[in-house]
This record gives sequence, structure tokens and C-alpha cells, in this order.
Amino acid sequence: MAESHDTPLTTPLADRHTARGARMVEFGGWLMPLQYTGILEEHRAVRARAGVFDLSHMGELSVEGKEAGAALAFALTSDPAGLAIGRAHYSMICFPEGGILDDLIIYRLGDERFMVVANASNAGAVSDALTDRLHGFRVILDDRSLATGLVALQGPRSAGVLARLTNIALDGLRYYAIAEGDVAGVPALVARTGYTGEDGFEVFVDVAAAATVWDAILEAGAADGVVPVGLGARDTLRLEAGMPLYGNELGRDTTPFEAGLGRVVKLDKPGDFVGRAALEKAQADGIRKKLVGLVIRGRGIARHGYEVFAGDRRTGTVTSGTLAPTLGEAIAMAYVTPSDAEPGTIVSVGIRDQRVPAQVVPLPFYRKPA
Amino acid sequence: MVPQDLRYTKEHEWVRIEGALATVGITEYAAEQLGDIVFVELPEPGRAVTQFTAVGVIESVKAVSDLFAPVSGEVVESNAELSDKPELLNTDPYGKGWMLRINLADPSQADALLDAPAYEALTAEA
Repeated sequence: MAESHDTPLTTPLADRHTARGARMVEFGGWLMPLQYTGILEEHRAVRARAGVFDLSHMGELSVEGKEAGAALAFALTSDPAGLAIGRAHYSMICFPEGGILDDLIIYRLGDERFMVVANASNAGAVSDALTDRLHGFRVILDDRSLATGLVALQGPRSAGVLARLTNIALDGLRYYAIAEGDVAGVPALVARTGYTGEDGFEVFVDVAAAATVWDAILEAGAADGVVPVGLGARDTLRLEAGMPLYGNELGRDTTPFEAGLGRVVKLDKPGDFVGRAALEKAQADGIRKKLVGLVIRGRGIARHGYEVFAGDRRTGTVTSGTLAPTLGEAIAMAYVTPSDAEPGTIVSVGIRDQRVPAQVVPLPFYRKPA
Repeated sequence: MVPQDLRYTKEHEWVRIEGALATVGITEYAAEQLGDIVFVELPEPGRAVTQFTAVGVIESVKAVSDLFAPVSGEVVESNAELSDKPELLNTDPYGKGWMLRINLADPSQADALLDAPAYEALTAEA
């Protein structure tokens, strides 16, 4: 899979990105646009209007067969067997020791048909783990990552723009639902999911049709100010929305409980699943660290890896931090000792040679206007 | 084209030398590479700085970069406007985005800096 390639993979939209002057960077084994005109401008466009993202680097795995639901319930922490057809849920795949292998979205496309969407950097590992864990179940696992193009349209004007291009009734497509139809004349799966904190859609198509959909969205959205958005703004948008990123907030040394995502661990589902014993113990023992939001109250920006202190005692580490474009203040997510995790608690962040005060706040930092 | 009357460093800073006074900033190329600049930390006036050592910090949305002193001497002024308007580094890097004024300890250090054609050649390779 992706990580074994020496030269990065390119998405079918790479020439579009370079033609628009995007700065390209390697991410998760893929050459991806970091920014087109600037992270702040692209971020604000998504909050105020809408932006289109090339997410063709993401991993898409098809799991089909009589026992598909049961097989996924064994492999993952959630209970996909309980999903209604046309609905999705957020999930995790954990190591047997309880640490997080990846965070996923599971879509139920049919009675015996699921799509698992994984992070680009983990797609190979997820595919390998599922191959191993689904052994013995009556299912077929098909890694469709390279055959699938994914274009996201995110922002308050997304529904209006996409409605001009699709035969799917978007009014009836709820958050975390998915439907099959056409987009720009191309067969597509359209999901009301995203990673920005805004209303929006993710459009899965055949890799050969990705450019058609990309071009059509930009053309249909031009009058609404829809612009292409790179990974830089994708990161600031998700951070404001308090959404975790694998490699920052999530990893092998972290359990879903510590990340505040215990809701996706269904310990009451029937049967065993990979990681169950370790996660039951982790829940019984209590968490060692807790993911919190921080707002920096002094001068400076907390960044990934900076240390967090409660008084003189080291309490944890910043996992992500930036100047929040919408809020205009420096925000961060960090793991701290659970006793320091109460909103309102004043801590400090080691920024170069200074300890800069910061306050624990509830997540998310940003919620879209009702 | 970069301003022809300035001197430059390999760290993409510019220096305007007027007598014993050196005014320092980052080049348009540097600002573009960094992207949207959102935070600047500069040395206080009175601080002695040494040529090619880190004396300040420039942060874009994505990245943290050091500001190096292109010459040795004493900081006589830092651009206070950048505290509220770090974006001046992007919008006017050779003008309102100036960062430091340094009283030169040794004017001959300017010889170690690049002239405009040499700096342009450097960025053309990048």
C-alpha cells in the first residue's frame, strides 16, 4: 500500500492542483495540495461559503458478504451490524492491547455491503489488519483505495451547490447518511460527512471520474465563491472543530477513552472483538491521560510536542496547536493528567524558553451557527 | 526581481545598511514560502545580537521559523506594529514588514552578505 512506495502516489487531480499554483507536499505517501492561495483565506472560505477538497488519498475498503456486519463488529470497536442501511458511524480499529490503529468511518451501503474509510497514512495497515481479522468470516474484503476518487464539498453553501449537480435529494440526506446516485453525470456515493465542523458532503466516485466531479463542483460553485482548499486549511478547520487527527491526538499509545471517544467502543455489543479484553481493563482501571482543549492566554502559539505544566509539575503534551483563524486566538489540543483536565483549569505551555499561561476549555472550540 | 539596493542572507533575510544602522526583514520569497504569517517574536531594544544566530521567531499557520541576525550589533528598534499585524510580513515584506534595526558592531560584516544578483540566483535554484 501507500507507505511502501518510494515516490509519492498522485491523485487523479494532481494536474488540477499544480495548474492552480498549489504548493504540493507529501502526506501519507501521497503528493497533496497544502494550499492554493493561502491557508487563512481557504479556511475562511469554508466557514463563510464552501470549499472543495481532494481527498482521493483516503483509503476505501469494501466489505461484502453474509457475515459482513458480524465480521466488522469483530474487527472494530463499534457495532456496524447495528447500522441502518444508508447510515454511517465513526469508529476505531484498535490493537489487541487497546491502542488505536486508526479512526474510521463505516458506511452501510446494503444489507451485506459496507464501506470502511481509513486515513491515507494508515490505509495499508487497516487493509492488512482487516484481512487478518476477517479471516474465517463469509466476507470479501476489497481494498478500493486506488480505484476510488474522493471529493469533499464543505461549508454552509455546500448543499445549494451540490443540489445543482445531483439527482440525490439532499434535503433527505441526514448527517452521517449516504446515498447512491449521480453527481455531474457520474455514478457516485454521496455522504453527509466531513472533517471541518461545517455542513458538507463527501462524494465517492471511480478514480477516473474524479476530475469530472471536481471541475463540475468548482464551476457550479463559482458564483457562490466555492474555492479549492488544501490540507493546511483542512487541519485548521478540523482543529477548530475539535476533531482528532491520527498521529497527533490518536495513536498506538492512546486508548479511545483517553481521546474522549469511549462512545465508539461498544463494550455491550455481543461477542468478542479485537481489543475487547484490553479495553474493558482500560475502562475499569481509568484513564492515564485525558484529551483537552486549550486556549493560550499569553503570547505565543502552542505546537505539537510542546510540554504542558500544572504549576511546576509537568502534566502533559500538546498534540496539535495553531492560531485559530475563525476565533483569532491560539488554540491547542493536549493530553494532560486527568486531575488537570477540568474546563477552567489554568495550566501553562512551554513555548521555547517561556511558560505561557493557557486555560482548559471544552471541545469543540468552534460550532457552526445553528 | 528583488530590491537591488539591499543585501541578503541565505536564510532569506534582507538588510538595508545606512551608515552604522542596519534595517532587517525577510524577503518576499521567504514570506511566500512560509505562507500566512500569524505571529512574530522579536528581540527587545538594547539586546546584543551575533551575526547568523537565532534572535527571533516567525510563525505561519503551519510552521515555526527562526529569525537570524544578519549582522552583529545592538538592537536599537524592533517593529512593534508586527505584534498586532504580523501579516505585514506577507503584504509588505520590504516596507512596513521590516523587523529590526541593528547598530552595526562591525560594518565589514556586510561583506559576508549576498548582493541582489547573488540572492536572486539562490532563489532561482530553489
